[in-house]
Amino acid sequence: MSFEPKIVGFLCNWCSYRGADLAGTARMKCAPNVRTIRVMCSGRVEPTFILKAFQLGADGVLVLGCHPGDCHYAEGNYKVARRMPLLKKMLAQLGVEDERVRLDWVSASEGDRFVSIIDDMTEKVRALGPFSKNSGEEKHG
Amino acid sequence: MAKLNLAIYWSASCGGCDVAILDINEKILQVAEIADIVFWPIALDFKRHHVEAMEDKSIDVCLFNGAVRTSEQEEMAELLRAKSKAMVAFGSCAHLGGIPGLSNFTNRAETFERAFIEAQSCDNPDKTLPQTMTKVAEGELELPEFYDTVKALDQVVDVEYYIPGCPPTVPIISQVVDALAAGQLPPVGTVFGSDKALCDECPRTKEEKKITKIYRPHEIIPDPEKCLLEQGIICMGPATRGGCEARCIAANMPCRGCFGPPPGVTDQGAHMLSALASILDVTEDEDIARMIDEIPDPAGTFYRFGLPTAMMNRRRM
Repeated sequence: MSFEPKIVGFLCNWCSYRGADLAGTARMKCAPNVRTIRVMCSGRVEPTFILKAFQLGADGVLVLGCHPGDCHYAEGNYKVARRMPLLKKMLAQLGVEDERVRLDWVSASEGDRFVSIIDDMTEKVRALGPFSKNSGEEKHG
Repeated sequence: MAKLNLAIYWSASCGGCDVAILDINEKILQVAEIADIVFWPIALDFKRHHVEAMEDKSIDVCLFNGAVRTSEQEEMAELLRAKSKAMVAFGSCAHLGGIPGLSNFTNRAETFERAFIEAQSCDNPDKTLPQTMTKVAEGELELPEFYDTVKALDQVVDVEYYIPGCPPTVPIISQVVDALAAGQLPPVGTVFGSDKALCDECPRTKEEKKITKIYRPHEIIPDPEKCLLEQGIICMGPATRGGCEARCIAANMPCRGCFGPPPGVTDQGAHMLSALASILDVTEDEDIARMIDEIPDPAGTFYRFGLPTAMMNRRRM
């Protein structure tokens, strides 16, 4: 059976989740690989959530928020914009490929952009293959 | 009250924890009053077979320091667990994985390569590496197996109590000795320390946290009164359990996180990362990138004492 990546998507309530809704009501087609979790703000997404998603079997994690300047809470998306590159730098040290974690911006009117981000990320994670967290149980003789 | 049987053991550790026990000075006499030390390899001449000969659960308390990385350390942890009523993870290495846990950024092969071939002080033209079995004229020589991954004590055996710190502080060790003397041990699972983050007991002045440059400790002489984070120095206080009386802070050095995460925090590194990123006072991508460049080793900084017990406990292999 071919590998179907499991991607956890954290979508902000005010822009990106509505963008996803728009894609749905407009009957746009997109890859079915993203499991959506609605959060009030992309700034609510703690790095722990992303680690936990991987721990529970995700192959990739996507965080979508309002475009810079558009945050419903003024600066929540700037917080995540600072956390994500630092988290990615840290994850690289732990051997996690860059494409497995993505932060992007989707507004409520950008259903088409939502679809293209989902499709693009799904293909990139598919190309990387499953994320297997090595728990360190291995032994050598 | 009958005297307690006390065992003290070390595995992947530096010996600092054993020294910390002696740092309690004259209180060591109280230890001798309440307990017979039945095993303490660094100080007394007991061997493994002495422990093997003991009845199960005949040791009342075993203070186990050091992480677990070899088969020998794993066997000793299991042996002492079987012989002890209460197993205590003593110090950061047993509690969280500690400094040896940073080895989880590499693996056995890379560690051997570095230690036995690359190291400047090494003269090893035949590139000999440690083997678990070596045949010599006199017979077979055996060495413990060296694992790819370092573990904390409770990832190997059940643990009743945790004494944090690198090394544990004298007041905390004294508190444990007093609890033992009174026969009043806290509920299983207790970590001897504060239930709040270090910032709660830090005496420095704290104002609004917004920084535009990150300094490494050697790059700046910090103001001794002001919050170190507000001065751009990465201080692990917000993500670290208190109880150490902010000793490093008092020496004008930032907290490095040896007490591990406070209650309610699952992942110390992710928590610190989040706290630090939130106070960077920049919004443009290039400014964010510049500040992140000022943090050369985020994983090693945020998980300095706790990589083996982090959610992602090693580099993927």
